[in-house]
Amino acid sequence: MNTLDKTTDEVLRLAAEHFKVQRAELSPDDDFFKKLGINSLQALDLLTRIEQHFQIELPDYELQGVSDFRTLAQRIQSRL
Amino acid sequence: MLDLRQYNSLGEALRAALDRWPDEICLIEADRERENARLTYRQFKRQALPLASALQSAGLKDGTRAAIIMTNQSKWLLSAYAIFFCGGVLVPLDYKLTAAEQLQLLSHSHAEFLVVEHHLWRAITQAEQFKNLAVRTVLVTEAPPNADLAGAHRWEDFHAAAEPTFIPRKRTDSACIVYSSGTGGRPKGCVLTHDNYLEQCVALTSLYPFWPGVRYLSILPTNHAIDFMVGFIGPFTCGATVVHLRTLRPEFIREAFTKYKITYMALVPMVLKNLERGLRQRFADLPPRKRKILNALIATNRALTRRQPHLKISRALLPQVHQAFGGQLRALFVGGAFTEPETLQFFYDLGIPVGNGYGCTEAGTTITVNDLMPFRSDTVGKPLPGMEVKIANPGAEGIGEVTVRSRTLMSHYLDDPEMTADAIVDGWLLTGDLGRLDPSGHLQLFGRKKNMIVTEEGKNIYPEDVETYFAGLPIKEFCVFAANYLWPARTMVGEQLILVLHPESGQEITEALVKGVAQRNRRLLNYKRISGYLPWDRDFPLTASLKIKRAELAEQIRQNRHRSAVVPL
Repeated sequence: MNTLDKTTDEVLRLAAEHFKVQRAELSPDDDFFKKLGINSLQALDLLTRIEQHFQIELPDYELQGVSDFRTLAQRIQSRL
Repeated sequence: MLDLRQYNSLGEALRAALDRWPDEICLIEADRERENARLTYRQFKRQALPLASALQSAGLKDGTRAAIIMTNQSKWLLSAYAIFFCGGVLVPLDYKLTAAEQLQLLSHSHAEFLVVEHHLWRAITQAEQFKNLAVRTVLVTEAPPNADLAGAHRWEDFHAAAEPTFIPRKRTDSACIVYSSGTGGRPKGCVLTHDNYLEQCVALTSLYPFWPGVRYLSILPTNHAIDFMVGFIGPFTCGATVVHLRTLRPEFIREAFTKYKITYMALVPMVLKNLERGLRQRFADLPPRKRKILNALIATNRALTRRQPHLKISRALLPQVHQAFGGQLRALFVGGAFTEPETLQFFYDLGIPVGNGYGCTEAGTTITVNDLMPFRSDTVGKPLPGMEVKIANPGAEGIGEVTVRSRTLMSHYLDDPEMTADAIVDGWLLTGDLGRLDPSGHLQLFGRKKNMIVTEEGKNIYPEDVETYFAGLPIKEFCVFAANYLWPARTMVGEQLILVLHPESGQEITEALVKGVAQRNRRLLNYKRISGYLPWDRDFPLTASLKIKRAELAEQIRQNRHRSAVVPL
């Protein structure tokens, strides 16, 4: 598994935990707004969880225009 | 506050404010637990004038259009003041738009100057349309050292020592061009005058006053009409303090309330509902006995504040709730979209009045707002002082189109006299919203007459702007509609867009086609997406220039299809 795949996998695990769904239900290309039925504020909540896990700081704007886990993982990867 | 009748322009009023309260704090910029800036009115002036001087040297003069694309932060207000000081016309653009959309509006507005945050500028320079950018001076804020700025200047270094010359403007001159829609089709650039803003400011602050010591928490983007007024012009012309928070994360919003002892905050329904959800959860987690006591105290507060708010009583009855909001909160303002009455009542019962309002950019921000005398959760309040509201062609129940006449109405849509003539008829703005005035003068809203939706984030979405994203679909024709426009509904929440698909004769709507729709849909920002499609089997009615006759098509669909025929995506 390459580094980006690992990061994506971690993001999926964190999202599943945070929004209380089964990890197996989530895929990297899922639209998380639709799949999890969340709004942009709830998605920001997930960023906080991600920051704590990866020990990085992600400005809110990093989520702008992002709606799938893979792209989110790419944004995280670029800051690791 | 300043007596705004004495001033002819926003620049003149702001200039007077900087001299009137030199030692008061005007601006705090918080970023999580950090504080990036804290400025007195004197320090604000000292930072803004060298910028104004450099802008003047670069050719910014009266009437020059200068755009800002930034998140809400101190450099937004410093730049805006410098532009007004030079007599410029401000074009506040939404930083949440895509780079291609921002470039389109920069072009439409004929902006000659641009102030932009580095991460946004980077996206703009990578867009295909960047090569067409005609802005001649770009200032980029917060660029990392050694960043390639693609010909732009570093905002932090863009200042000049010479004393700038203040350029007076007349009340009827344009102050701002604010885009209410049109990123995909026909841009609606509302041209608002200095008179529009100064009048609106007087009206709003007569109901919700600011004064030195008041702290307004700004979380809505300042390009948003509400924040521009209550998070800049209003507090500054009263010597109050604006606290910018550069994140919308709930934990930092909660922290800002207590850290900065916030007096007012404006928000959109989505954020208000999020606050409500958090509080309800905390109440539900209380042990049963404590919850019972809390419920009794809330009921008492409700009874004692039935006629009007009593902050002292509410704070005494529910100290822990009020302490969680910093102990100084006087009111929340909510607008930009419809808020459910239950949410408004929930906060009022806790002793936190919500100034629920209704407005649109074309009317100069706010049309009606709850005056709290008494609080009403079932309406959007009464017309602001100076605002005439009339219901056009009311039906049996008194419901008709809300029309507005006021000194705060925009001058016109930029470069579009035809659209202006459709929107303002005999001095009355046709809002396209359906409402009724009750006997006490409160406005109640019941839905829309126009083909658009408003999200709970306060975003106005027009089908025409979304439609371009579906270009290239292998299908005879398609058209986007607001579902409630096709099938009128007496609600302004949960509004959705749908795509009408008309295949070629004999063509099926296959899985591959639906996949193509879904792929294109995902290129849209999440709040702009369509929620389903409607198969349609007749040719669209077209004008001589082959444009879709939307109203006619809508009528055909209304007559022949039920809402249940929409296939969810």
